[in-house]
Amino acid sequence: MSATITPSTTRRWPVVADGQYEGSRIPPRVPTILDVPAELRDSEDVLQVNFGPNHPSTHGVLRLIVDLHGEEVVGVLAVVGYLHTGFEKSMESKTYWKGVTFPERIDYVGYQNNELVYVLAVEQLLELEVPTKAKWMRMLLCELNRIHSHLVFLGTSALELGAISMFWYCFRERETVLDLFELVTGQRMHTRYFQIGGLAEDIPQGFYPECRSFVEWMPRALEDYKGILDRNGIWLERTQGIGVLSADDAIALGQTGPNLRASGVDWDLRRDQPYLHYDQVDFRVPVYPNGDVYDRYRVRMDEMAESTKIVRQCLDKLERMEGMPWIADDRKVVLPPREELHTSMESLIHHFKIVTEGFRVPEGEIYVAIESPRGESGCYLVSDGGPKPWRIHFRAPSFAALEATATCLENTLVADLIAVVGSLDAVMGDTDR
Amino acid sequence: MSEPWWISIIKAVVIVNIVLGLFAYLTLIERKVMGRMQLRYGPNRAGPYGLLQPIADLVKLVRKEAFAPSSAIELPYILAPIVSAFTAIAAFAFIPWGPGWTVHGWRINGEVANVSIGLIAIFALGSIGIYGFIVGGWASESKYSILGSMRTCAQLVSYEVSLALSVLGVVILGRSLNLPEIVARQGSWLPYAAPEFIGLVVFFFGGIAETSRAPFDLPEAEQELVAGYHTEYSGMRWGLFQMAEYINLITLSGLMVTLFFSGWHGPWDIGPIWFLLKTMAVLFVFIWLRTTLPRLRYDQLMRFGWKVLLPVATVNAVVTAALVVAFG
Repeated sequence: MSATITPSTTRRWPVVADGQYEGSRIPPRVPTILDVPAELRDSEDVLQVNFGPNHPSTHGVLRLIVDLHGEEVVGVLAVVGYLHTGFEKSMESKTYWKGVTFPERIDYVGYQNNELVYVLAVEQLLELEVPTKAKWMRMLLCELNRIHSHLVFLGTSALELGAISMFWYCFRERETVLDLFELVTGQRMHTRYFQIGGLAEDIPQGFYPECRSFVEWMPRALEDYKGILDRNGIWLERTQGIGVLSADDAIALGQTGPNLRASGVDWDLRRDQPYLHYDQVDFRVPVYPNGDVYDRYRVRMDEMAESTKIVRQCLDKLERMEGMPWIADDRKVVLPPREELHTSMESLIHHFKIVTEGFRVPEGEIYVAIESPRGESGCYLVSDGGPKPWRIHFRAPSFAALEATATCLENTLVADLIAVVGSLDAVMGDTDR
Repeated sequence: MSEPWWISIIKAVVIVNIVLGLFAYLTLIERKVMGRMQLRYGPNRAGPYGLLQPIADLVKLVRKEAFAPSSAIELPYILAPIVSAFTAIAAFAFIPWGPGWTVHGWRINGEVANVSIGLIAIFALGSIGIYGFIVGGWASESKYSILGSMRTCAQLVSYEVSLALSVLGVVILGRSLNLPEIVARQGSWLPYAAPEFIGLVVFFFGGIAETSRAPFDLPEAEQELVAGYHTEYSGMRWGLFQMAEYINLITLSGLMVTLFFSGWHGPWDIGPIWFLLKTMAVLFVFIWLRTTLPRLRYDQLMRFGWKVLLPVATVNAVVTAALVVAFG
C-alpha cells in the first residue's frame, strides 16, 4: 500500500452486500484533512475561520479550522481534545466495580450502551454467567437509550438546520425516556444500573405499564417528526445529496453504526455478532444507499422504530419473569443482599472485601464490541490478575465519525458544514475520552 | 385643509412611542407564541404573564457594558446601529393609520407625513438602513461579522428588486404612490390581495428576506455565523440593531396591510384598531413561519430570489399593467 494520499474519487471497488470487500482486505488511506487546492493556497480570497471551540454549533468542545472561499468550504481540519477527561487512565486506579461509572460518562448520550460494553468485558474475563432476566433488562434499557440518543441527534441536527421547534418535540419524548430511566434506576442520566454480574437492583413494578405506554406512543411521535421534516421541501433540499460518504470511504475510514448503514453497508453487530439476547428478538436493520445527510437521518429514524419493537419484545419477556434473579449468585464478585449483612458473617466479609479491595479478575485481555447508538463501541481490557484494570481502552465510534468530516465536506458550503457535522452525530466526550 | 404643525409634532411623538411599544411587546409576543408552539411557556417570570419582560430586557441591555473589539473601526462601528434604528423608525412615518379626522375644526391626518411618493420613500429609507447592517459588520473587524455582512449585502440587494417589483401592480391599480390614496381606493370590499394575489405572495417572501426572518435568516444564522453582522455588538448597540430589525418587520407588515389588505378599512369604523389588528395578524404569520421552517442555504436563497421571485414579480407587473390598459 502506498503512503500517498489519493483523492477519494479515484477509488471505486464493489462492496458486496454483507459488508465484505472483494480484493484487498486493507483499504487504502482516505485523507481526514481537506486541503486547500493548490491554486487557491496563496489567494487572498480564502478566509480561514475557526468554527469553535466557542461556536454555537460546536458547543465549546470541537474546533474546525475551516478555509472558506466565499461561502464554499475549501479546507477543513478538525481539532479534537477539548473534552479530554482521562477517563481511561482514571479507571486504572479504580476497582472494577467502581469503574462502572466511568464508561457511561465517556459517551454521555449513549451512556447505558457504554456501561454495557464495560460490564460485558469484565464478565467475560471473569467467565461469569449473567441471569437471563438481567440480559433482557439490559437489552431493554440499551434500546431505550438508543432511542434517547437518536432523539438527541434528531433534535439538535434539525435545530442546526434552523428547524428550531423539532428540538422541543424530540425532547418531549426524550423526557419520557429519561423518566423511565429514573423510575428504574433512580437517575435520569448516567444510571449505573448495570452491575458486573447483572443489575444493581430489581426492576420496580410500576415500570412495565409506564414503559408500555411509551412504546405505544413512540410510533405516533415518529410519524409526527416525519410529518414535519419529510414533507418539507427546505429540509429535503438541505439534506439530500449533501455530505456524501461512499461505502468504500466509509469502510476505509472505519465508520460503524448508522453512518455506515446510511452509506449502503449492511452491518450491525446486534445481528451479525449477537450479544445478550439479540438473536432472540425480531428486528430489521435499516440500510440506505446514498450516504448523504438525509440517509443518515432516515437510518436513525428507522432505528428508533426498530428499537421500539425490540423494547416491546423485551417487555413481553420480562413481564413473565417476575421474581427471577436479576444478578448472578457469585459472592466473590457480587455484593451480598443488604439484609444478610446483619445475620451472616460470611456475607459481611464478602461485602467488606469487595467494597474495600475489590474482586480480582483473572489475568488476561479481552476486546468486547457492541452496537452503541453511534456504532461499534468497544472495550479493550487487560487484567494483571489484580482488583483494578491494568489497562483499559475504549473504541469510540464518534472519533471515527469525526474522521469522516473532511471526506464528507468536499464541494460543500458553510451551511452544509453544520449539517454534515451534525449528521455524523459525534459525541465529543466519546471522541476525546 | 391642512394639518397645523403642532398637531403633527404631537402625533409624531405619539406614533413613535406606539411603534417603540409595539416593538418591545412584539419581542414578548414572539417569545410567547414560539414558546406555545414549542411546548413551553415562554417568559412568565417578570410581572404577570411575563408582561414586564421587555422592560427587564431593556434595563439589562442598557446596563450592560457596550463592549467593542479593539480592532473595530470606531466611528462606523458606533454609527451603524444608530443609522439602522433611525431609518427603521422614520419609515413608519408614511404608513397611514386612518382616513384622517376633524376634531373641533382642527384637521388631523391619518399618518405622520403625507407625501405623494410615500411608497418610494419607505423603500429608500429601507435601503439606507441596510447600510447600517453592512457597515456594522464590516467595521467590527471580525470574520463572522464579515461573512454575515456579505450575506446581508447579497440577500437584501437581490430581494429588494423583487419586493419593489411586487408592489408595482398595486401602484398601477391604485394609480398613486401615496399610501393613503391607495388605501382609500381599495375601500372596504376589494382589498388588493384579491386581484394582486401573486404580488402579495412575492411581497411576502421578499419581505421575509428583507427583514432576515426565518427561513431566510441567513445573515444571522446562529448555527453557522454565530450572530452574523452583530456578532461583536453588545448592550444597547446590539439592542438598536435588534430594534431596527423588529421595527422593519412591523413596518413591512404595516405596508403589507396598507397595500394589500386595505389598511384601516373594515366592517366597523374603528380605523386604527383595524390597522393594528391586521398588522398583528401578519406578524403572527411571520412568527409562525419561524417556528416551522428550516433555514435555506445561501445558493438556494439566491436561486429562489433571482430565478423564481424576480420573473414572477415582473410578469405580474406586466400582466397587471396590460389588463389595466385593456379594461381601464
